[in-house]
Amino acid sequence: MVRAIRRVTGTGVPVRGDDIDTDQIVPARFLKEVTFDDMGEYAFYDARRDDDGSLNDHPFNEYRGARVLVVNDNFGCGSSREHAPQALLRWGIHGIVGESFAEIFRDNCTALGIPTVTAEPETVTELQNFVESDPDAGIEIDLANERVVFDDTEVGVTADPAMRESLVEGEWDTTALMYQNLDRTRETAASLPYTDS
Amino acid sequence: MSSGTLYDKVWERHKVGELPNGEDQLFVGLHLMHEVTSPQAFGMLRERDLDVAFPERTFATTDHIIPTTPEERERPFADEQAETMLQALERNTEEAGIEFFDLDSGKQGIAHVVGPELGLTQPGQTIVCGDSHTSTHGAFGAVAMGIGTSQIRDVLATGCIAAEKMDVRRVEVTGELGDGVGAKDLILHIIGELGVDGGVGHVYEYAGEAIERLDMEGRLAVCNMSIEGGARAGYINPDQTTYEYLRGREYAPEGEEWDRLMEYWESVASEPDAKYDDVVTVDADDLEPMVTWGVNPGQVVGVTEPVPGPDEFAGKDRDNAEKAYEHMGVEPGETMEGYDVDVAFLGTCTNGRVSDFREAAAVLEGETVDPDVRALAVPGSETVRKQCEAEGIAEVFEEAGFQWRRAGCSMCLAMNGDALEGDEVCASSSNRNFVGRQGSKDGRTVLMSPAMVAAAAVEGEIADARAFGGDA
Repeated sequence: MVRAIRRVTGTGVPVRGDDIDTDQIVPARFLKEVTFDDMGEYAFYDARRDDDGSLNDHPFNEYRGARVLVVNDNFGCGSSREHAPQALLRWGIHGIVGESFAEIFRDNCTALGIPTVTAEPETVTELQNFVESDPDAGIEIDLANERVVFDDTEVGVTADPAMRESLVEGEWDTTALMYQNLDRTRETAASLPYTDS
Repeated sequence: MSSGTLYDKVWERHKVGELPNGEDQLFVGLHLMHEVTSPQAFGMLRERDLDVAFPERTFATTDHIIPTTPEERERPFADEQAETMLQALERNTEEAGIEFFDLDSGKQGIAHVVGPELGLTQPGQTIVCGDSHTSTHGAFGAVAMGIGTSQIRDVLATGCIAAEKMDVRRVEVTGELGDGVGAKDLILHIIGELGVDGGVGHVYEYAGEAIERLDMEGRLAVCNMSIEGGARAGYINPDQTTYEYLRGREYAPEGEEWDRLMEYWESVASEPDAKYDDVVTVDADDLEPMVTWGVNPGQVVGVTEPVPGPDEFAGKDRDNAEKAYEHMGVEPGETMEGYDVDVAFLGTCTNGRVSDFREAAAVLEGETVDPDVRALAVPGSETVRKQCEAEGIAEVFEEAGFQWRRAGCSMCLAMNGDALEGDEVCASSSNRNFVGRQGSKDGRTVLMSPAMVAAAAVEGEIADARAFGGDA
């Protein structure tokens, strides 16, 4: 089985803005690779560069080594590309706090063992301000207890129950879980009128 | 909680059991696959030494990276990455015994065009594909949704996905679409009304007289853009329009099997007294051709309406509007009519079907594309291309000055070399106007219907297609 993920700790990186889509997280031209190995290099590729190609002051340039991403509303909307969370993971992100997440993105994160927890807009802004004021300070996402700890304070966050259960119990390898039920799956398939081929 | 809806019934029929985390294990009736999101999944399968459990339920095509000119389609491709991706798909499908609609099959095209036109997509199925626009197939009364690559691994290895049931929102569309106003305008309007994240946590059931009157290809365009409104899936209950479209297609059932399946299809339609988590009503009367003015599909207005000012928004919508004015260079208070266009792009899984090209051809007949406009017509599939050529539609495009291409996703997301340059403006029949989507981070996308793309190509600026008098 995969490992249990009860908490994520590390420094933070704030990426501000609502409706940040997966085309921004990894532009489509970097999807032309048959493995995810190099995706970390492409995280926020365009947003991190000026017109002449030099790196700008995007948080992914400024907060290297961070493990906790702090975002706003509807993060990860758009394309279903798993390249987006793969890029974030390989860049170093192991947990995300946000106001809300697009569903396919959230599921893709869970499949990679990256918890995505949601908090009130004020809490997210406070956390983003805190990270900016003290980039070296540690943050903890305590998934099991649905809270985020920073600056000697604790705030409640919300985790999707199924996501939390899967990660905290180490039961997020859906292939292994469902493979055990292959016989039952064949029965379900046989009971459908359109699959008797 | 919903009950008695098509979503509830199809879900129950496909549910294998419950997983320890409370999610359902759901059998997948149809899995469509393409070259960009699948090779990594086969890699994961090999790492675990697992076989494909239900190869006969998976069908593959190549669409995202495929070149769209005959010369560029000669193998090996000049683009080495594209060649590598296609070779991986060829090897993976062959080893697993999965049917692949390759370049020589005559059936290659965008997954969401190919599935419906070949009759693979049928009512009452669960359908997944590693692409967010899988929602398209819901037009047949299927439960269809986009998945990530780890979930593709799940489907290949187990024939299932792990999924949580969502809420069902009925989107009741009253009234009647006017002349020159179609499915694309309607779905852009719906997203504008409900918001780009309005559908998060929901599946949309589109219903009402305006939806019932749409033909299948219009319904496909509506369901295609469900995800742009945040809804992972959208569907329309099957009816005579659905059955007539399906009958006789290559993979559609025949004879007794048709009758037997018809019973199933009718049995999964939403009950008259079905319970919904939410019902919203949208009025189709007085709608005009819609165009986006911003950088998400919900930033949309009628072609003669002014772009809304910042004061008309609150909170995040206001921030997003400010960003959009700057990126697009649009002025609040002005209409999009007259906004200069450099590129006209017709195609995609939203509007790359025969009826879309017919609609655009009606505008282009006897007209000439503005000399400053680069105009691309990219059929959604080779089947669509051949049909358009047989009907003389391709000729209308070429005579007007459009490049008539081979099938693929092309400039929708610019993975195949068809891309915007610099800050070019594209009048596009695609589904996303995100910054950078069409291959240039300064590029600007204006979403609209096929007829409106044709009108923009001719005028070199955004124009009301209704003025062309064609039967748009």
